[in-house]
Amino acid sequence: MDTLLNNLDVFVDGFALTLQVFLWAALFALILGTIVGAMRVSPVAPMRWVGTGYVNLVRNTPLTLIMFFFAFGYPKLDLPTVSYTTLAIFALGLYTATYVAETLRAGINTVPLGQAEAARAIGLTFGQSMSHILLPQAFRAVIPPMMSVFIALLKNTTVAAGFSVAEAGYIRANLSERGEPAIVVLLWVALIFILLVAVLSFVQRVLENRLKVLR
Amino acid sequence: MEPSDSSPATSNITVRRGEPLVVVKDINKHYGELHVLKNINAVVNRGEVVVVIGPSGSGKSTLCRAINRLETIDDGVITIDGVKLPEEGKELAHLRADVGMVFQAFNLFAHKTVLDNVTLGPIKVRGLSKADAEKKGLALLERVGVANQAHKMPSQLSGGQQQRVAIARALAMEPKLILLDEPTSALDPEMINEVLEVMVDLANEGMTMIVVTHEMGFARKAADRVIFMADGEIVEETSPEEFFTNPQSTRAQDFLSKILDH
Repeated sequence: MDTLLNNLDVFVDGFALTLQVFLWAALFALILGTIVGAMRVSPVAPMRWVGTGYVNLVRNTPLTLIMFFFAFGYPKLDLPTVSYTTLAIFALGLYTATYVAETLRAGINTVPLGQAEAARAIGLTFGQSMSHILLPQAFRAVIPPMMSVFIALLKNTTVAAGFSVAEAGYIRANLSERGEPAIVVLLWVALIFILLVAVLSFVQRVLENRLKVLR
Repeated sequence: MEPSDSSPATSNITVRRGEPLVVVKDINKHYGELHVLKNINAVVNRGEVVVVIGPSGSGKSTLCRAINRLETIDDGVITIDGVKLPEEGKELAHLRADVGMVFQAFNLFAHKTVLDNVTLGPIKVRGLSKADAEKKGLALLERVGVANQAHKMPSQLSGGQQQRVAIARALAMEPKLILLDEPTSALDPEMINEVLEVMVDLANEGMTMIVVTHEMGFARKAADRVIFMADGEIVEETSPEEFFTNPQSTRAQDFLSKILDH
């Protein structure tokens, strides 16, 4: 307990940054993933190819490598300087978007074909059928696996610690300097992560109950 | 408006009112080896009620769905109100907005209330305000007899109620014609009549309708013309009276003997 209370500042700062990285990356992944997921079921073949190409390329690359590209590759590109934290958010977002897209595509496939036909029959365009009919039902169908994607994202934020982003995964390094026993620090970090995940699971249950689609 | 009343039964296909609205010319469709539509030609005039009858697998549903391009065709031309069916895209969406469709499985939007089902198209496609769309939607729900269910979800309604909502949803777009693809086939027997009554009302009001159905009663009561299909071909095309009392082809005679004996 002392380890936690004596170094509360480091824990609070670390997890505050973790949450910040998580929320931005989650938002980015959700938007990009939804677009890519919709592209993968588009009637236009080139759209499907781009979506499929993106998912296969990024999802099959280890997250650490993607982080490497951003942390070491981006600064060499002579583009505006961006903080490591922002780069980490982009890397995590791009990576997680592939999982969001695939989860969503599974969800779209659970929506009966007749829903899409009825949407087209009243004159909705592809984009309108997607946003008003298919995606809302798809999201409702995949709340549990979608939450797993975001839980994975939450934990994946610790990879950013390896690239000088002082989030929760970095707490141990900080505290070793203060002479705290590493194993105790790590246990505290793990415990707090478990609590955060519990919060996400709770959100999942609330969403599931409120958004159920009856057929 | 009802030439079929004054000239009963004997004249063939001459029972036509108004201008041609749907023209189907030389269309063919294959599912792999299976030739489901064989050189189909048909004309449906404005205000006409055409019933398409035939054994299952005869291609009648495929024909119905091809008319708003839910099924693509391999060759031939379909025009609606003089406009050739466009490729998938915005133009096709425009055209579909003018063609109502009622499905066997109702296909109400499962995550939207009954009223939202009816107002979505008018709001998103026709650009009506929410208030106007709801006013119109409620009037339509009233007309098909389910206004008291407006704020329920589709799954809380009976099949017959759902199908009537589906008809209201199609009507909300103020379509030029309505396609009904076996609208009563998924219903429990005691609910068939409530849907048929709505359809008969529509027919009497002069709506152009293409109805794929097994309901011979509806065909007799409301159809101007019956198209009998078998094996992907139009075998017979005549007035309901003529078709039921004096079918020309052996296939139609065979089909009728099977369904009318019971």
